[in-house]
Amino acid sequence: MDAQSEVVKRLRESFRSGVSLPENFRRTQLEAMVALLRENEQRVLDAMHQDLAKPKFEVVLSEIDIVMNELRFAISNLKTWMMPEYVGKNLATKMDDCFVRREPLGVVLIIGAWNYPLQLILLPLIGAISAGNCAVVKPSEVSPATEKLLAELIPKYLSPACYAVLCGGVEETKKLLEIKFDHIFFTGSQSVARKILQAAAVHLTPVTLELGGKCPCLIYGDLDVQAAAKRLAWAKFFNVGQSCVAPDYVLCSQKMREALVPALRKTLETFYSSCPQKSPDMARLISQRHWARLCDMLQRSKGTVVIGGETAEEEKYIAPTVVVDVKETDSLMVDEIFGPILPIITIETLGEAINFVNAREKPLALYIFSDDSEVVTAVLERTSSGGFCSNDGMVHMCLPGLPFGGMGASGMGNYHGRWGFETFSHRRGCMLRGWALERINVLRYPPYTESNLGWLRWATGTKKSWDSCSVL
Amino acid sequence: MSRERQAVDTARRAFLTGRSIPLEHRIHQLKSLQRFLVERQKDIALALKKDLHKSEHGTPLYETMGLEGEISLAVDRLAEWTAPQPVEKTLLTISDKVYIRPEPLGVVLIIGAWNYPWAVTIQPLIGAIAAGNAAVVKPSEVSAHTAKVMEELLPLYLDKELYPVVTGGVQETQELLKQRFDHIFYTGNSTVGKVVMEAASRHLTPVTLELGGKSPCYIDKCCDLAIACRRITWGKFTNCGQTCIAPDYILCNPSIQDRVIEEIRKAVKEFYTDDPKTCADYGRVINARHFKRVMAMMEDSKVALGGENEESQCYIAPTVLRDVKAEAKVMQEEIFGPLLPIVPVSGVDEAIHFIKEREKPLTLYVFSSDNKLIQRLIAETSSGGVLANDCLVQYSVSALPFGGVGNSGIGTYHGKHTFDRLSHLKSCLVKSLAMESLNKMRYPPHTAEKLGWARFFILKQVNVSHLGWLAKMALLAIIAAVVLQVSSYEVHYFLNPFSLGGQWGLQRFIA
Repeated sequence: MDAQSEVVKRLRESFRSGVSLPENFRRTQLEAMVALLRENEQRVLDAMHQDLAKPKFEVVLSEIDIVMNELRFAISNLKTWMMPEYVGKNLATKMDDCFVRREPLGVVLIIGAWNYPLQLILLPLIGAISAGNCAVVKPSEVSPATEKLLAELIPKYLSPACYAVLCGGVEETKKLLEIKFDHIFFTGSQSVARKILQAAAVHLTPVTLELGGKCPCLIYGDLDVQAAAKRLAWAKFFNVGQSCVAPDYVLCSQKMREALVPALRKTLETFYSSCPQKSPDMARLISQRHWARLCDMLQRSKGTVVIGGETAEEEKYIAPTVVVDVKETDSLMVDEIFGPILPIITIETLGEAINFVNAREKPLALYIFSDDSEVVTAVLERTSSGGFCSNDGMVHMCLPGLPFGGMGASGMGNYHGRWGFETFSHRRGCMLRGWALERINVLRYPPYTESNLGWLRWATGTKKSWDSCSVL
Repeated sequence: MSRERQAVDTARRAFLTGRSIPLEHRIHQLKSLQRFLVERQKDIALALKKDLHKSEHGTPLYETMGLEGEISLAVDRLAEWTAPQPVEKTLLTISDKVYIRPEPLGVVLIIGAWNYPWAVTIQPLIGAIAAGNAAVVKPSEVSAHTAKVMEELLPLYLDKELYPVVTGGVQETQELLKQRFDHIFYTGNSTVGKVVMEAASRHLTPVTLELGGKSPCYIDKCCDLAIACRRITWGKFTNCGQTCIAPDYILCNPSIQDRVIEEIRKAVKEFYTDDPKTCADYGRVINARHFKRVMAMMEDSKVALGGENEESQCYIAPTVLRDVKAEAKVMQEEIFGPLLPIVPVSGVDEAIHFIKEREKPLTLYVFSSDNKLIQRLIAETSSGGVLANDCLVQYSVSALPFGGVGNSGIGTYHGKHTFDRLSHLKSCLVKSLAMESLNKMRYPPHTAEKLGWARFFILKQVNVSHLGWLAKMALLAIIAAVVLQVSSYEVHYFLNPFSLGGQWGLQRFIA
């Protein structure tokens, strides 16, 4: 048996022993994760800097604090989440106990991504631990410093009997996917997601896929353009645009564009100074390959660069760039950009912009900037996306009350907060009956008669206002 | 273009017009479906009799009454189900609207099964319609007469572009599975379930798989054996054992085995007379292939009751097998027929071990008067659902999520759960462009001081739902004051509802 299978076997034995189930155990593991982050903040900052040149501010907010927040939320709500949920009954089952138990699935696999290498491993792991599972964590090899850190710290702080970190590249991941898991949680690209689903089908393993796509940003109606430009620029260029919910491209009218571009220019200068390459707040692209991909996209574009466009290969640097007069068929409009390039497509009316968005794959997030509530409502109701945010970017994913996930090509399933707990749980419907009222049961037994059926129908008929229907 | 592709394309075009979305439309379609079940009861019953030898009363009892209940529930509750659900906010989103909005997925494929062809094909359809989707319905070709009724009559009641019925066998199903759907809902066995999931993977389509397995039934020494066996007999031999949640096999102590057999014998006689073959209320195995499959399972076990059979009628008597071993043929796959094996175990410990060694079943049954034992069995095993001291009835409580886990399936439905399963829960954050200065702390250039504030404000949770608007206003004013570092005079100005500042705040921030 190879090393990976050995690890999973060990985890499965731990799960079978029941050690990961008690509330106390789950809470101490979550508290240990708190300690992991608190005691290693500097090391996290260093690893992020090595992998992505992420400024401290971004790391603290989007990697450390967001996880701490989720941990606190999980720790304080764990007891409630674990309680059986008593549900409504019908006439015939009034004397019975009907409840839903949330139970762990078993051994789950969490595959992380490189753009938020800590968050995308730890947030799902919090869900998995809260739900009582054991877990194999596979950090992205594309962010090697963070991968190494996780491989060292997780076994040190969390129970090695229940949680393991397995590292490796494409080949190792392929082999890992041949093993049976009880749930696979994947963050990454659509092409890899298909392979994950295929592997999961072999074992009938449920999956959660957090994918991406091109998140449109519509700007229509009356609005404070400068405020919009600030929020848009912040959301777009955070982590150099390498966020699955970054606004990918903008749709607006010609007039709006003429107001927006100078506002963006002013904002970017305030944020990163006139020489962003020297700004400590400007991160870098993850790899040479990614940098080259973006440069190629930009070069082949038939649009006009109005802001930025500078690149530096040795630093994997691309300046915050805005491109206008981009057509639908442009090189920038084929794949998710995942970089600091913001195309602006001119579409005169809101109606046309909505049609444009609806003709494409469903995105992970959809944004609209407008002071006009009718515009916001129109976009909200007439488009479909994983999540929706008006007059800001990305921040909707910081609210643990909101399920975070995609639909269609942007993914399936969701997590964050209680949703993470539910994702990694099985909702087991339980009904406990007594021995009494066997005389009522007679109505359902053969020989079937018209009169018995009549009684049962009556029992069903009076249930219009009850919570459930009943055959019996 | 194939017939299947055409149906899917038409459904998608119809969905894109938006006409499946308004609540009036959904309710109208559901009520139409309700009328269909009532007006066409005879056609439905006749088809079921031809397919499965279901009795005239068996039809409403097991197939249509449940559907009528689900339709009533959906019609009654639709406004509530589709309403946006507000959620917790953070300090900085106090004045924003934060909620979850259920939305349709698009075009759903529903692949039905043959054992309760109406129940398992139409129940997902009810949820699909309620959630605002279009749906392609593919009834099982094995229950051929029922499939024909669905194909001919459903289009007379439902929007035939939005909810087409596509009949056919393996080839037609494969052709359907090549098309792109927004969700595939499949009821059947795990082998085909894997094929469905693999096909779905090509388009990244989420699936619900209602599969089966061997649902164990543990009978404790401490229970009312007569009642228990009566309920088990009913649960097992209804529809000739062809129920995904039928108790597949019994686990009990050898000392009560004889009594169990005797009580089952009594119940069988009471329900199906001395000669079940002549009883109108006893069903048949669906076809020759399944007949042979089930008969072969009996070969290496001892028959304690029944065993009579007639191939030409696909008839197998209600049969109990005793002292069955774990390696016996009947214990290797889901029976889905009228054979009830009894596997002797020494007690609940051995039973738990036996169950855990096997794939997770759709249902776990336990008959016991000892509540502690029941709780222990639940806590130490895993299954789709649990029912103590009865069989099958958990199916009818729509508030309970119905579905499997592991090999017995993915996803749950019934009642609101179907609506949820076939909806997308869209997270919505509706902000205004006001209070932009509050955002200062998150923008570059980054400073240690800004970071401190950001850490405090941006991610902190606070449950403000119970605060009145005045308190929310006060809280917001304080935040603004602190962040903008305004003077105490200005804070007072802000909080004073009679001042212009206060009124401006009132206008903008009342939720």
